Amino acid sequence: MTTLRHPLPFRVRLGGGLALAIILMLTLGALVVVAMRAGEAGALTVPDWRALRFTIVQAFLSALLSVLLAIPLARALARRRFWGRDTLTSLLGAPFLLPVIVAILGVIAVWGRSGWIADGMGALGLGKLNVYGMPGVLIAHVFFNLPLAARLILQGFSDLSPERWRVAAQLGIEGRALFWVNEWPAIRASAPGAFALVFLVCATSFAVALALGGGPRATTLELAIYEAASYDFDLGRAALLAGLQFAVCAGAALLALAVQAPVTASPGALTLVERWDGRGRWARWRDAGIIGAVCLFLGAPVLAVALRGVAGLDDLGPQVWAAAGRSIAVSALAVALTLSLATGLAALIAALHSRGSASAARLADVAGMLPIAASPFVIGIAFIIVLLPVADPFALALPLTAIVNAAMALPFALRILTPAIKLAHDEHGKLADTIGLSGWTRIRVLYAPRLRRPMGFAAGLSGALAMGDLGVIALFSTPDAPTLPLLMHLLATSRQVDAAYGAALVLVALSFGVFWLFDWLGRRR
Amino acid sequence: MKHLLTAAAFSLIALPAMAEEKPELTVYTYDSFISEWGPGPAVEKAFEAICDCDLKLVAAGDGASLLGRVRLEGKRSEADVVLGLDANLVAQARETGLFVPHGQDLPESSVPGGWEDDTFAAYDWGYFAFVYDETRLENPPTSFDDLLNAPDDVTIVIQDPRTSTPGLGLLLWVKHVYGDEADEVWAKLAPRIVTVTKGWWEAYSAFLEGEAMMALSYTTSPAYHVIAEEDGTKRAAAFSDGHYMQIEVAGKLAATDQPELADQFLAFMAGEEFQTIIPTTNWMYPAYGTGADLPEAFSDLVTPETSLIFKPEDTPAIREEALAGWLEALSK
Repeated sequence: MTTLRHPLPFRVRLGGGLALAIILMLTLGALVVVAMRAGEAGALTVPDWRALRFTIVQAFLSALLSVLLAIPLARALARRRFWGRDTLTSLLGAPFLLPVIVAILGVIAVWGRSGWIADGMGALGLGKLNVYGMPGVLIAHVFFNLPLAARLILQGFSDLSPERWRVAAQLGIEGRALFWVNEWPAIRASAPGAFALVFLVCATSFAVALALGGGPRATTLELAIYEAASYDFDLGRAALLAGLQFAVCAGAALLALAVQAPVTASPGALTLVERWDGRGRWARWRDAGIIGAVCLFLGAPVLAVALRGVAGLDDLGPQVWAAAGRSIAVSALAVALTLSLATGLAALIAALHSRGSASAARLADVAGMLPIAASPFVIGIAFIIVLLPVADPFALALPLTAIVNAAMALPFALRILTPAIKLAHDEHGKLADTIGLSGWTRIRVLYAPRLRRPMGFAAGLSGALAMGDLGVIALFSTPDAPTLPLLMHLLATSRQVDAAYGAALVLVALSFGVFWLFDWLGRRR
Repeated sequence: MKHLLTAAAFSLIALPAMAEEKPELTVYTYDSFISEWGPGPAVEKAFEAICDCDLKLVAAGDGASLLGRVRLEGKRSEADVVLGLDANLVAQARETGLFVPHGQDLPESSVPGGWEDDTFAAYDWGYFAFVYDETRLENPPTSFDDLLNAPDDVTIVIQDPRTSTPGLGLLLWVKHVYGDEADEVWAKLAPRIVTVTKGWWEAYSAFLEGEAMMALSYTTSPAYHVIAEEDGTKRAAAFSDGHYMQIEVAGKLAATDQPELADQFLAFMAGEEFQTIIPTTNWMYPAYGTGADLPEAFSDLVTPETSLIFKPEDTPAIREEALAGWLEALSK
């Protein structure tokens, strides 16, 4: 096939180029700034290498557990019809939006020494589980990522043609044979991607390791970067560790590319395929068991926070509302930035693609994925270094937090927007060309209506993530003007535990509220 | 809800504009100092009554993070005074070159062993100790050796020496008692350590919530429970090895734009009013005066026979060595 290589529109080049430049500056540029400021090259210590080992081991185990548990869950959800099934499937998207610090409170309330599980185990005369360390980190990571993995695998099941199930039923294929004929191909197509995604998300984990790691024995690279920079003021080591983190993530990403096609997150409910298998009583009980157990595992921490939070709502002072105002501002700014960057870059990728420059498109796509491997702390420190001579970076804590969050949400937004722009272009681009649709009109008529839904979804996602962020804000630490997650952390660490739970409820409401608002704006007719 | 949010948004915009014209003294301190129950509110009120200024107390993390924050900001820091470093950090803080001598004629301090420094002024002191609940732990350990050999369920929560001054205090305490064997002691202690927290309160609240049998705190902590909560069940475990001391200090930054106010604040800090606020808000011993007017609950506290402390000028090297061993032992 020959491709007509007409030049990219100026608008696409400008927007995409600008977005690309900003992303490269925020990721690789920040690393260079920090490394240069360090002067002498840092040296990695024995504990740093242990942090590397722990990072890989916990990310591997988190991904393995999430995927292994997600497979039976996705299978059960794929072949059962019951009241509330669609709601449940949609709710699987929720933990990903839940502020990390809220989930941590919930995990401690359920799994801690004085939590529900410990009480239950104590009543049964069993020993006590120490949640701090590897167990706590794994529990929290599986809490966030099991639903994500289940959704991706469920997508794999849905992608299987309905014909296959019909044929299998006609041939009377059941049980193990059916698994190998139909389910295994679906799992084979989706599970490795889910594994890689969970691995990447967990490899850069910070707040979970800080709160549940229990000290130096469970330090991730991201936490080690934060410690090197903010405890020891050792920027050289921070830069080295950040380089190491890039390498781990790049390795994981390459491995993921090698084993399967890229994963695309798709919003909304998944299509149902009619199936005839799993009608036996044993299969039914097993499916009910796994669905029930996962609901309990995911629901209990949320319930624990909600129960204590309702009691704490009375303790909320005006500081909580002021902090909520700041978080809303951060979230709104992050949404605007994420959408600008993602749209610019996605348009560039799609245009390069349609022009036949597949490798250039792939390169731009990889650049857009860089933030997933970048350390928010390195970006934050780079900002401090660059800004200090001209301005007070701590006074700019909120906009800087928004910028860092926008960068962190970009890979997800890009995964949502790029396929949509490509699709609009592939399906209607030629037609639009024939009537000479170009410029602003082309955007308004061709792209805008087709991008509204994915844009709403991407905006909601980035807004919710920024609302609940307790990463880089910890570096800029402005306890006199905190965001809501930071205030929650301050309350929890200064004898006002009830108020902290109350603030947690407000934070959850805001996170889901902002997601719902943007998603609704995108869906609205 | 809607009105509250509108009000919140409005206050965000309006607040900076309403700032007063009075000179402002910015003091960086640790989180628990400014909390509602800490010395912050009373100190602010008392100082503003005499200084005709606006005292701005900024919480910048736990004790040891304060130094990191000041180093990161360097000469551009907004801070005029840093309050909340301790004797173990003084040499490191001096090395940064960011602090200047206070030039104040302060009264002689009543800290055991004395405290004299031309740059950093002491404001309170105390002894580190493990605090336990006598209803949960009947036989508390009486020395570090005793703790090492205690039953497995005698668990502890400690603080990170890189962020928290009590954490650093424990690191130096163990080093003082065991010298070259300190690293092995940490390896033996490791299984008992439920978690290592960033700050003092996180560890203490974990203990109060039942996550561990003992928390590293101060011999003065039980006084808080007696006075504020009328609860006499919390006790400090007296160790026959002696107890490591903490001397908390404040210093003036070279880059301050309010040098006179900063001097005035340091003098105020050594004065009677500030010193009277400390015992029942920061739960430490005052650094000046006879201590005769301390509340009743303070007389029932553990008073160590031996107080341990390294010379401030020796601590950086000792800290570095001990920290490397600590990290090595606990990261396994």
